[in-house]
Amino acid sequence: MARIIVVTSGKGGVGKTTTSASISTGLAKRGHKTVVVDFDVGLRNLDLIMNCERRVVYDFVNVIQGDATLNQALIRDKRVDTLYILPTSQTREKEALTKEGVEKVINELSETFDYIICDSPAGIEHGAQMALYYADEAVVVTNPEVSSVRDSDRILGILQSKSRRAEMGEDPVKEHLLLTRYNPDRVERGEMLSVADVEEILAIPLLGVIPESQVVLNASNQGLPVILETESDAGQAYDDAVARLLGEEREHRFMTNQKKGFFSRMFKGG
Amino acid sequence: MSFLDYFRGKKSGSANVAKERLQIIVAHERGQRDQPDYLPQMQQEILAVIRKYVQISDDMVQVEVDRNDNCSVLELNVTLPER
Repeated sequence: MARIIVVTSGKGGVGKTTTSASISTGLAKRGHKTVVVDFDVGLRNLDLIMNCERRVVYDFVNVIQGDATLNQALIRDKRVDTLYILPTSQTREKEALTKEGVEKVINELSETFDYIICDSPAGIEHGAQMALYYADEAVVVTNPEVSSVRDSDRILGILQSKSRRAEMGEDPVKEHLLLTRYNPDRVERGEMLSVADVEEILAIPLLGVIPESQVVLNASNQGLPVILETESDAGQAYDDAVARLLGEEREHRFMTNQKKGFFSRMFKGG
Repeated sequence: MSFLDYFRGKKSGSANVAKERLQIIVAHERGQRDQPDYLPQMQQEILAVIRKYVQISDDMVQVEVDRNDNCSVLELNVTLPER
């Protein structure tokens, strides 16, 4: 049985695809057979972030509609050999994802994979609901910013009422908070919500904090999951998050500004 | 944050405002999340019936549903204007 993890947020542009790419790569690097599925029908982008955009022949919707087999649609990652990508359709409508169709594909993936990472589209409509429906766990990607936090709370409400687990009355979907684009400097100046603030408002366990970093754009420019930038703070923060997802205890890093010393903070006013 | 604020433990930035606003809106939306979909329309219709007899404004009727283990209680609170 595979562990099914949805990466979701409600709000767009907070880092869902970046996170899906890094978490799936991190799990695969540790030897787990992992597939990452793009649920954003019509706005395919995971292929670009994973650097396999020119290898897409068949997609998720083709498999659902029986026009291709799963093996024809799955793309094997060129860097990590236990990682596969299931791209989505660029031309179809969101409604092409039916509950039965998605279930069929997820069940088939479950037979061979240890982890299924579902990269959700933004919003709370059909596509996002399909992405989270079969999930055992959810990584809720949130920026320390009012609209993102509010939308994360909305998506938590949907996880608790409209997921398969909720509808069947099973154990609830396990929720994880991943705070991205975190800027400790601005938090220190009182200009940005802190980790503690967001944890208090959303009241779900913290999986990790990814610092705002130029490395993220640099990596996506090249189609490289950030987690493979092992020297960077964002890459290491993703690696910590993956370790915690696997039950390892790791102390949170990059939550305070380490560039400035105690005295410069005291006397230059942050 | 300036030198003195450090000792006062006071944050001067906008993050505090953000947190307060979020706490209010999130609590409000969570309260509505568990309510049945028909509630807003029912509130409007109850209001219309009362208005046939007494002039009251929208915020003077409050409809809430409290759910316990095996039963739900519909609580209707109407404030009538003073004569």
